Amino acid sequence: MYVAVKGGETAILNSYELLAQHRRGDPNVPELSVAQIRQQLRLSVDRVMTEGSVYDPELAALAIKQSAGDLVEAIFLLRAYRATLPRLGYSKPLNTTGMHISRRISAAFKDLPGGQVLGPTYDYTQRLLDFSLLATGKPAPVARKGQVNNEATPRVVDLLNHESLLESQLPEEGDPDPFDLTRQPLRFPANRSARLQNLARADEGFLLAMAYSTQRGYSGTHPFVGEIRFGTVDVCIVPEELGFEISVGDVLVTECQMINQFQGSQTQPPQFTRGYGLAFGHSERKAMAMALVDRALRADELGEAVTAPAQMQEFVMSHSDNLESSGFVQHLKLPHYVDFQSELELVRKMRQSHALPKDDHAAE
Amino acid sequence: MQASLKDIGRGFSNPTLCSQAVFRQSLVALSLPGQPQTLDLNLSNPAMQVPENAHAAAAALLLALLDQDCKVWLSDGFASSHAAAWLRFHTGCTLVTNSIEADFVWVAHANELPAFENLVQGNAQYPELSATCVVQVQDFDTAPTADAWTLSGPGVKETGHLKLVGLTDNFVSARRNSQVHAPCGIDFFFTHKDSLIGVPRSTQVKD
Amino acid sequence: MLQNDMVESSPLRDPHINFAYLDERTKRMIRRAILKAVAIPGYQVPFGSREMPLPYGWGTGGIQVTASIIGESDVLKVIDQGSDDTVNAVNIRRFFQRTTGVEVTTDTTAASIIQTRHRIPETPMRKGQVIVYQVPVPEPMQRLEPREEETRKLHALQEYGLMHVNLFEDLAHYGHISSTYDYPVLVNGRYIMSPSPIPKFDNPKMHLNPALQLFGAGREKRIYAVPPYTTVESLGFDDHPFEVQRWQSACELCGSNESFLDEVIMDDQGKKMFVCSDSDYCSKRQEKP
Repeated sequence: MYVAVKGGETAILNSYELLAQHRRGDPNVPELSVAQIRQQLRLSVDRVMTEGSVYDPELAALAIKQSAGDLVEAIFLLRAYRATLPRLGYSKPLNTTGMHISRRISAAFKDLPGGQVLGPTYDYTQRLLDFSLLATGKPAPVARKGQVNNEATPRVVDLLNHESLLESQLPEEGDPDPFDLTRQPLRFPANRSARLQNLARADEGFLLAMAYSTQRGYSGTHPFVGEIRFGTVDVCIVPEELGFEISVGDVLVTECQMINQFQGSQTQPPQFTRGYGLAFGHSERKAMAMALVDRALRADELGEAVTAPAQMQEFVMSHSDNLESSGFVQHLKLPHYVDFQSELELVRKMRQSHALPKDDHAAE
Repeated sequence: MQASLKDIGRGFSNPTLCSQAVFRQSLVALSLPGQPQTLDLNLSNPAMQVPENAHAAAAALLLALLDQDCKVWLSDGFASSHAAAWLRFHTGCTLVTNSIEADFVWVAHANELPAFENLVQGNAQYPELSATCVVQVQDFDTAPTADAWTLSGPGVKETGHLKLVGLTDNFVSARRNSQVHAPCGIDFFFTHKDSLIGVPRSTQVKD
Repeated sequence: MLQNDMVESSPLRDPHINFAYLDERTKRMIRRAILKAVAIPGYQVPFGSREMPLPYGWGTGGIQVTASIIGESDVLKVIDQGSDDTVNAVNIRRFFQRTTGVEVTTDTTAASIIQTRHRIPETPMRKGQVIVYQVPVPEPMQRLEPREEETRKLHALQEYGLMHVNLFEDLAHYGHISSTYDYPVLVNGRYIMSPSPIPKFDNPKMHLNPALQLFGAGREKRIYAVPPYTTVESLGFDDHPFEVQRWQSACELCGSNESFLDEVIMDDQGKKMFVCSDSDYCSKRQEKP
């Protein structure tokens, strides 16, 4: 006799136990510590912080441990945590000109004040698996002295501005507050601050694909890397009681300035246009993709025809958040049998009408 | 009116629970237009200290709904009261001097209600960007008398009746004129002591 | 306090979490949106949806609406596909038990708030009850026009030709309208609305319902409402009026031939049986045949 399915609660509790076992893996293997993840999987930590929209390497490392390395799941954990945090205040804009630079390159110039500082990068490594890393116990590499750059390092965009070769990006009249995507729902058309915030927390893979498409003819903006800089910047606030700026700490960020297709007219001398990218930690791929897509999304503003997906605000911004995309794609796993039942009934009915002999096609 | 901290009375004893309870009754009031809801203000213990010239229901409603994101306009009837300071203190809302800028409008005496042209009514694409008016009336009645309004529309089972004392004579016709621009419009809460009556823009009123 | 058939291991109220999880400022923002939604039946009010501990697409909108309205004295029922015991319903109910400590129930008549995914209970609701629908896609025209900037204009102008043409094309092509769930409705004669993916079988229940119907879409960040006693009309044509599904058989467990039935596959020879989707309705009928 058929008995209605019960026991959903028990099933869920059992699944928690199984999950805990899977996450831990072989108990004979030493447990991974949050500190190890933070130090030795730092690029994962950087991505989770960037898309999780919280600068806290320890929490990001914890999220990675809890999610067994599934970074999108870790990002979700961090964002959900962020939603519970009170808003204490706002910092001043980050002064990336004054960054303590670990790495700084420009593709647009052979040499420039501050120099080309290669820094820690995978760029010029040979992508050959290093089997020596299978073993542990090797002495840790020691940092060489004299690698910190103390030279004044003006931003390339400021250098180009001396000749007015690059469009300037001044704050709007009255310096209005930026749009807050975490508090207000998006409206289209979205202004640049809303777009940049959306791109900053966007899924890296999606943004990368969109950026790549702009290089392959789906809109073309002739980009050059004006500058990529990576290092620490101070986070400053101006407490009401003090009335002056104080630093409350520093963060590691990667900033990318793209120089793009020049624009001009009969009356307006041509200038290069810009795209901007910023990410937490060492996240060049993300910052560069963001800068390319930022520029593509400025098509409207710069009077260019919108023909390619990367230029379509709604398309890019509605699909960039991996909490939304992962949630909705995976929600298909939820029971849908009631709706499916409705479809079954209709298809069966339609097939029945199909099967009926027609008047002008008499059966043999 | 300038107020010092000692002039500002108590708000809810438990903002979480009291705000929920008051909100819930306001939801009932707006879902069932014309049906008075009596707020259970004993939930706050010690009780909220209602500012001068304020009805308890109006004060509680605004205390429950407002926060730092809201702009509020108070009518002249509150000029000599600490109502504005009280609201600002407990909710962090911003006070505006021009009613057209307000999300919420608190009217001490019903005949002080600004003209509809001086209230924000939303636009065709975003009709929700409109004011909510909390209007204190002298009295109300739901009996089907000749001088009562006849109500119909969403939330009203067949028809309802409502008489509000204190509104200006042209209120109904002014409201009907603004309904021409539906779905834009103003949403009203009328209060009398601890009673709350909702009349959203969707209600048809015949006087 | 729990009903007898609730599992003993139900979570206790966690005192470290704010009542109903959301912070008070978020609740106020959502509450103001709900009030405007009630004032403009069928219109989708944008709101600042928050990340919740459940993923977007899994009911965060419905949860945020319930979390904003629920109080200590409420009695909560949560169903998914009509059943109280599907894993998703269990998960959400546990979430509210943990964050509010409210009484929970499977009894439709005892609930003050019913949060639902994809069904309306068979038992008629009464005035004073609130039903909260989980909505994946709030925009009824999204499949025809994905750009929100465009559909917003269509709603503003009450320009619904796109929908009517789409239904007409189905008729021309298949002889039937192919929407069997999430069947679009006209609310209060003004806005075309997605009723959420309930089977069209349930659409008639929405019309002039004495309960308050609230709709939450967390991922798409929209809230909308149908007040009590409001007209809700399913789209159709004069010569092809709207009609609901019917089954050949009755429920195998309780004998009802009026409720929505789930198909259960019995063996690999294609043998099947039909049982009520609404678990509370069915079990009550079994108790009192």
